[in-house]
Amino acid sequence: MRLRRWAIILPLLCAFLVSCSPNSNDRPGRKHTITIAGSTSVMPFTEKLAEHFVVDHKNFIIDVQGGGSTAGIQAVINNTVDLGMSSRELKEGEKTLNTITICHDGIVVVVHPENPVTEMGLDQVRQIFSGRISNWSQLGWKDRKIDAVSREEGSGTRSAFEDLVMKGKEINDATMVQDSNGSVKEVVATDPYAIGYISMGLVDKKVKPVAIDGVSPSIKTIKSGRYKIVRPFLYITNGELEPKARQFVDYILSKEGQTILKNEGLVGFYD
Amino acid sequence: MIDRTVFKERFVKWVLVAFALSSLLFLFLIFLFILAEGLPLFLKVGVKNIIFGFKWAPTKGYFGIFPMIISSFLVTIGALVIGAPMGLSCAIYLSEYSGKKMKMFLKPALELLAGIPSVVFGFLGVIYIVPLVRNYLGGSGFSLISTSLVLGVMILPTIISISFDALVSVPKTYREGSAAMGATKWQTIYKVIIPSAKSGILASFILGMGRAIGETMAVIMIAGNALKIPGSILDPLRTLTGNIALELAYATGDHRLGLFSTGVVLMVIIMILNYIANFGIKRKIAK
Repeated sequence: MRLRRWAIILPLLCAFLVSCSPNSNDRPGRKHTITIAGSTSVMPFTEKLAEHFVVDHKNFIIDVQGGGSTAGIQAVINNTVDLGMSSRELKEGEKTLNTITICHDGIVVVVHPENPVTEMGLDQVRQIFSGRISNWSQLGWKDRKIDAVSREEGSGTRSAFEDLVMKGKEINDATMVQDSNGSVKEVVATDPYAIGYISMGLVDKKVKPVAIDGVSPSIKTIKSGRYKIVRPFLYITNGELEPKARQFVDYILSKEGQTILKNEGLVGFYD
Repeated sequence: MIDRTVFKERFVKWVLVAFALSSLLFLFLIFLFILAEGLPLFLKVGVKNIIFGFKWAPTKGYFGIFPMIISSFLVTIGALVIGAPMGLSCAIYLSEYSGKKMKMFLKPALELLAGIPSVVFGFLGVIYIVPLVRNYLGGSGFSLISTSLVLGVMILPTIISISFDALVSVPKTYREGSAAMGATKWQTIYKVIIPSAKSGILASFILGMGRAIGETMAVIMIAGNALKIPGSILDPLRTLTGNIALELAYATGDHRLGLFSTGVVLMVIIMILNYIANFGIKRKIAK
């Protein structure tokens, strides 16, 4: 009785497992899998690009994973992925790897639209987030505490902000923390005394971008190099790229790929 | 024939036992995994540096969660200050004053309150409470007082239902005896009923505390999540639960272990609270 039941279940199980295995070559043409891992800031854009890419390249599977810039770079060193994603420059000891810049992303300091402050120096932004400037009167507005909003520890935007703005100074413990670009924007949009920093792609009428050292953030000022709070989105490779992965990278650097990135609010090479 | 019936009975019994034990198994597995992931960091960094450390910067090697432990307790106490008087009054009204019709209306309404998802509380808090606090009391609005207000409402159903049960279970003879001595209704409630239901009422407060300390979604949205211990009720703060949920997405390596350690501390606190509510207080009833 029992044996007969197993006699039915086992073959079914085997059939199920076989049908699940990726090596079943029942579809025409062999699939090429490109594995990409790294920065969670670059990940959504890579996913978007992969989505568009596979429409015209049906025999590709692009596997995109997060993990953070450092984990991505480590994976490239260990040759466990084809491409690594990074939202920071390579550090000493990683310099043997090749980098491909796919685009740039500006980080914009934003305030509430009612806030009359339109410009501040980079050092003033640093002092606000390190707690040395804590009142709007120090910036020529009314006598009211500044509600600074930062991102959580581990976020790529936060680490880029730490590198580009804080320059070794620590973000004050009393600073509020939100867990996404969107929530930072929401806080700044509702609190007239708030100040925060978000990715340039997300700036809209609900918040007001602040000019830094007299330069207002825009695609133009980023391209000319005058706006300084900019981070590159990099792909990292170990040695020469394998031809199939090359095809994907070429697509990203093509006009079509760059237009997709531009529509997402990033600064590409063609505009 | 009889054999088959006996077999069926036994079969059903063992199936039920298996399912009943599986819930225990889940508890055990959760324990095991949190401890397995959380304890290594305690050994590596030291219990003192985690529990009494003031600085949380996990990517730079600091794992102090002392401010969060304090903040968790502050919001919990704040929630009790707001929720306990309201909840107890409601329970007294329900058990002593309200008529049958009122009870039939109020009880389901309270169950409905218990069923509202916490993200909805958080959303309402951000949209209404936070701006109110900012405009009338000052500060950014993301603060200890906003969080306590919202949590205070969230723990109401727990406090009301458990202290209501405690009040109702006070024997009728107590009330009659008190009335026979010439006490008024309020005197009876104040001097006889509440003291005899005391342990149940305390248990309801402590279970409410457990609910408040474990709440996450609403807290992240309203508390502001600053790492400092709040200096006033208008300052933002970060709780233990908030810390885990906030940083989970990007955490790798020691950072991730640090979040599990936060989970270990949280679990121990909730275990202590439940222990007090279940054993410390109920044993007193038995005496």
